Amino acid sequence: MNKIANKQVICDILLQHAATDKDIVVLCSDSRGSGSMTDFAKKFPKQFVEVGIAEQDLVSISAGLAACGKKAFAVSPASFLSTRSMEQAKVDVAYSHTNVKLLGISGGVSYGALGMTHHSATDIATLGSIPGMRVYLPSDRFQTAKLIEALLKDQDPAYIRVGRNAVPDVYSEAQVPFVLNKATLVRDGQDVTLIACGEMVNAAKEAGALLAKQGVSARVLDMYCVKPLDKAAVLKAAKETKFIVTIEEHTMYGGMGSMVSQLVAAEAPCRVLNMTLPDAPVITGKSQEVFDYYGLNAAGIVKQVLAVRK
Amino acid sequence: MNLKLKAVQIRKDIVTLVHSAGTGHIGGDLSVTDILVDLYYKQMHVGPELVHDPNRDRFVLSKGHSVEALYSVLADKGYFSKEELHQTYSKFGSKYIGHPNNKVNGVEMNTGSLGHGLAVGVGMALAGKMDGRPYRVYVVLGDGEMEEGSNWEAITAGAHYKLDNLTAFVDRNRLQISGTTEEVMTQEKQEERWAAFGWNVLSIPGNDIDAIDAAVTKAKATKGKPTVIIANTTKGCGVSYIENQVAWHHKVPTDAEYAQAMQELQAQEAQYE
Repeated sequence: MNKIANKQVICDILLQHAATDKDIVVLCSDSRGSGSMTDFAKKFPKQFVEVGIAEQDLVSISAGLAACGKKAFAVSPASFLSTRSMEQAKVDVAYSHTNVKLLGISGGVSYGALGMTHHSATDIATLGSIPGMRVYLPSDRFQTAKLIEALLKDQDPAYIRVGRNAVPDVYSEAQVPFVLNKATLVRDGQDVTLIACGEMVNAAKEAGALLAKQGVSARVLDMYCVKPLDKAAVLKAAKETKFIVTIEEHTMYGGMGSMVSQLVAAEAPCRVLNMTLPDAPVITGKSQEVFDYYGLNAAGIVKQVLAVRK
Repeated sequence: MNLKLKAVQIRKDIVTLVHSAGTGHIGGDLSVTDILVDLYYKQMHVGPELVHDPNRDRFVLSKGHSVEALYSVLADKGYFSKEELHQTYSKFGSKYIGHPNNKVNGVEMNTGSLGHGLAVGVGMALAGKMDGRPYRVYVVLGDGEMEEGSNWEAITAGAHYKLDNLTAFVDRNRLQISGTTEEVMTQEKQEERWAAFGWNVLSIPGNDIDAIDAAVTKAKATKGKPTVIIANTTKGCGVSYIENQVAWHHKVPTDAEYAQAMQELQAQEAQYE
C-alpha cells in the first residue's frame, strides 16, 4: 500500500523546481504542516510566505505576488480555500488573471469526524462556477506529479484538490498516461462508462474489474480535469456505452456529475447516474467509513451498475 | 508641473465623463483626485512607456468605484485615448468598465469589490522585496471600505513583513452610500487603529496637494514599516453642490448642474493659471 500522500508529492515537485526557478513561491495559512510544505519552508525560506490564519489574505497576497511575476502556490485546507476566500479567487485570481495555483489540501471529507466545517464537498461547485478557473482532482501520486509538472509550465489560474491521506496507486511509476485536460482511460469497455475523479477513481477501477467477472464490460475514465471537462471523452462514452455512472467525493449539486449530465443531456442523451455525497452534512466517521456508508466504493458502484442494467 | 492646476483639469474631465456617460461615482472621484494627481504626476515612477518595466511603481485603486478619477488621470497621462474613453465608457462591449479592469492599459489589478486591494499590494510589495527591486507600491482605500475585515488581515501582514515599500492611503471623506461613516459603522480613530497594528501613520488634509506630497516623501524615507496616510478629504471636493452631500455618492449631474460645475472648476483653473 502506497504511503505517500498526493500533497507530499506536490511539495517534492516544488522542491525540485524551486532550486532553479526563483519565481516559485509557496504561501500557507498556518497550514505548512497539514499541507506537507514544512520541507519547502525550511529549504526555501525566501520563497515561502506565511500569512497566518487568514485565507482571504492568502489568496489576495498570492495574486499580488503573481502580478509581479511570481508563480504563486496558495496552500490551505480546501474547505476554507474554496469558500472563505472564494471572492478573492474570483476577483484577484480568475478575473484579474493572475498566475496563482490554489492548492486545496485535505479535500472532500478527508478530515472525517472533524465535521462539515472542515469538509470541502462543495469546492467543485464554488470554484468551478468562476469563469477562468480550472479545477483538477488528481487520483493518485503519479498523476499528481504529472499534473503539477504541467501546471508549472502555464500562467493561468487553477484550483487543485488533494486529499489528506495517502491513497492507493491507480497507475504505476512506469506507466502514467497523462495529457493535460484529457481524461485518462483507465479501462476500456462497451456496456457502461464509470467516470470518476480524485479518490473515487481507484474505487471505479476496482469496480471495473469486479464487473468484468460478472460479464459486464465497464469503461473507466479518470476525469481529473473536472474543468475544463474532457467533453470529447464524455460524448464518446455516451455514444459508445449504454449508460454512464459518475462517482465523486462532492455533494450532488454542481459537481463533476452535474457537469457530465448537463453535457450529455444536451448533446448525446443517454442515462447518467450521479453517485455523490448527500445534500446534507455527512455522517460522522473516517473518510473511508463515510464513503462506505454512502456506497462510494467498488461494491457500491457495482451494485448501482447492476441495478440499472436490469 | 502645476499640480493644483492639473487637479482642477482632471476634475473637469471626471465631471464631463460622468455627465456624458450618465453613470459614475462622482463624490469619491472628486475626493481622491488630489492623491492621484500627486502620485501620477510627481511621486510615482510610472508612465505609458513603463507599463512593462519590472521596476515601475505599482498602484492599486482598492476603492475601485472611483474609477472615473483613475481613468481620467491615465488618459491624460497618455496610457490611452481620452476620446476613446469618453466615447465608450460603460457602453456596450467597452473595456472601460465601471471599476478598474486590467485589460485597460495602466491598470495593474481588477478591483471593485472592497477589501481586496491592500492585500494585493502586500503581495506586490513582498515580490519587490524578494527580487530586490526598487519599486514602491501604493494602495488607495476608502474610509467606508475600512469596514471590510479582510483589510485588517492585510494590515497585520504588511506590518509583520515590515513592508516599507508599501504606502496606503485612506480617503477619509467621512461619507458612504447610506450616510456618514459614523452613522453607518464608526471609523473614528483610524490613526490609532493603524498605529496599533504597527504602521507608520500620517494624518493630513487630504485635498491639499502640498500636504499629500510631503506625506508621500516622508513615507518613502520611512524604514522598517509600511506607512498609511489618512487623507482627510472632502467628498465631492471642488464642486460646491456636491461637496459633503451623501446623495452625491453616485448621482449624475443634470445638464444645468454640469454647466455650473464646469463654471466653478473653470474659475478655479483661472486662479491657478
